[in-house]
Amino acid sequence: MKVGVCIKQVPAKDAPLAIVDSGAWIRESDIGFETNEPDSFALEEALRLKEKHGGEVVAISMGPERSKQAIKEALAKGAERGIHISDPEFFTLDPLTSARSFAAAIASDHFDLILTGLQSEDQGFGQTGVLLAELLGWPHATIIMAIEVTDTRLKLKRELEAGWFQWVEVPLPAVLTIQSGINKPRYATLKGIMAAKKKEIATIERRSLGVADAHTQMVERIYVPEKSKKTEFITGSPKEAAAKLVEKLRHEARVI
Amino acid sequence: MKILLLTEQRGGQWNKVSFETLVAAQSIARDVKGTLSGAVIGNGVGKLATELSEYELEEVLLIEHPLLEGYTPDGFSIALRQVIETAKPDLLVLPHTYQVRDFAPKLAASIRKGMIGDSVGYRYENGRLVFVRQMFQGRTAADVVFQGEPPWVASFQAGAFRADLAAKRTSGQAAVKPVPVELKPEQIRTKPLELFREAKQAVDLTQAPVLVSVGRGIKAPENIPLAEKLAKLMGGEVSASRPICDEGWLPMDRQIGSSGQTVMPKLYLALGISGAIQHVVGMKGARTIAAINKDQNAPIFEVADYGIVGDLFEIVPALIEELEKSKAG
Repeated sequence: MKVGVCIKQVPAKDAPLAIVDSGAWIRESDIGFETNEPDSFALEEALRLKEKHGGEVVAISMGPERSKQAIKEALAKGAERGIHISDPEFFTLDPLTSARSFAAAIASDHFDLILTGLQSEDQGFGQTGVLLAELLGWPHATIIMAIEVTDTRLKLKRELEAGWFQWVEVPLPAVLTIQSGINKPRYATLKGIMAAKKKEIATIERRSLGVADAHTQMVERIYVPEKSKKTEFITGSPKEAAAKLVEKLRHEARVI
Repeated sequence: MKILLLTEQRGGQWNKVSFETLVAAQSIARDVKGTLSGAVIGNGVGKLATELSEYELEEVLLIEHPLLEGYTPDGFSIALRQVIETAKPDLLVLPHTYQVRDFAPKLAASIRKGMIGDSVGYRYENGRLVFVRQMFQGRTAADVVFQGEPPWVASFQAGAFRADLAAKRTSGQAAVKPVPVELKPEQIRTKPLELFREAKQAVDLTQAPVLVSVGRGIKAPENIPLAEKLAKLMGGEVSASRPICDEGWLPMDRQIGSSGQTVMPKLYLALGISGAIQHVVGMKGARTIAAINKDQNAPIFEVADYGIVGDLFEIVPALIEELEKSKAG
């Protein structure tokens, strides 16, 4: 089975975020980046499918030069090759243009299956996988918690809300978005890291793909949200703060 | 502007977020001086359409077909595309449920339009709608606007609007208008199979007066008993954010958030929980929220009444000591 995995590189979880003056994006210069956590689960699932059923895993990432690091990590974990769709201005793209770019870049790869995380931890549009399926003319299923391969079909466990699940069947080729927690993503081994150095990353300039910039929506401004509640911050040593909080919960909020 | 609200039901039971989104849609209709209709989709859901017709709506579209009995992304997008073509709304408004995430982007793309998903609010200024959504896991907000001509598709997050503010009609009912749709079995590629709940719910967190909830900041499973001790002293239960249950440090039935339970305890004490949207929608209805987190910019503080910025491994033992002291005295 030939599996493509769409992965994104996002700011590290604990990175301090500062917004550029124009409000267009965050200041990228001083922060660390990491693979979008939901995509790590998708990559792990792709590697397991390959190990069980044979085939190839291709890691695909769109973004500036730094995104290559996410591809290198995927190669070190066991993906065969990578595709980097290069665009330093990726953050100006709407979900539909992003998906069109992915669809154009992988047109000649003839994947059987494409996996991705259910959403990114930066923009969080949560639409790329579904849109990619629509553009390729393939079926999709989202928020997947288990994959069983049966001949040319997949039996999938979809997570619904409030503790409910549903089994669904889809024919291949298909696009799936993977729910976090479906597996335990592996770490790269030293051997894997060494082997990755010989693996190929094809770079495609996004602007060379011929995808029209017909945006359906635009992010006008990113900003620090106003608080919906006024938080009373309690200060002092741990002992003092604890005593004050207990006092407030007992006598002000009256909840304990 | 013609606005259409699409509600959600499963097996004839409302997804209650539909009524929160009804409030958003009614509010938009008032602001833009537009008209608002509602829609119910499924099979044998006429009763729900009648219930919806009691609200302030121009009319209620009833979209029924045997192939819409069980949800499929193909069935729903093909049917709704036909509804958009006949009803010609400028704006389709939906609740941001897991089901909507599954089909609405596809529906929008099938008519070459975009969807602004998961908004927490909107503003109407200078004659245009500006949608507010969260980015970077709630650490920033973003103003997003549609580009190009309608129709547009927008969804609102659970908890963004209050369902009890939905305006009912003062007299009579809105007309229920069946909208025929054409669907063939071969158009539907996904085969829905059985619906089920995983493990039995061993604990009913919705009944707990106090929840002491742990997130990634708890660091290791060995530290869970610390939270359990605090919960016991406060007369409550422990709960957790999703990563903790994914790791297996606490069972899944203790998970709070969009994929877990929605709770409204008297007190919700968040320990080392950053406060990503998926978690916050499950607990923001708590009467009092207290949060302990080492990052003063953690989004959990946006919903907290009381906050302590610091090391939970120093503060929680001090809380335990304080509560034990007063209990003894």
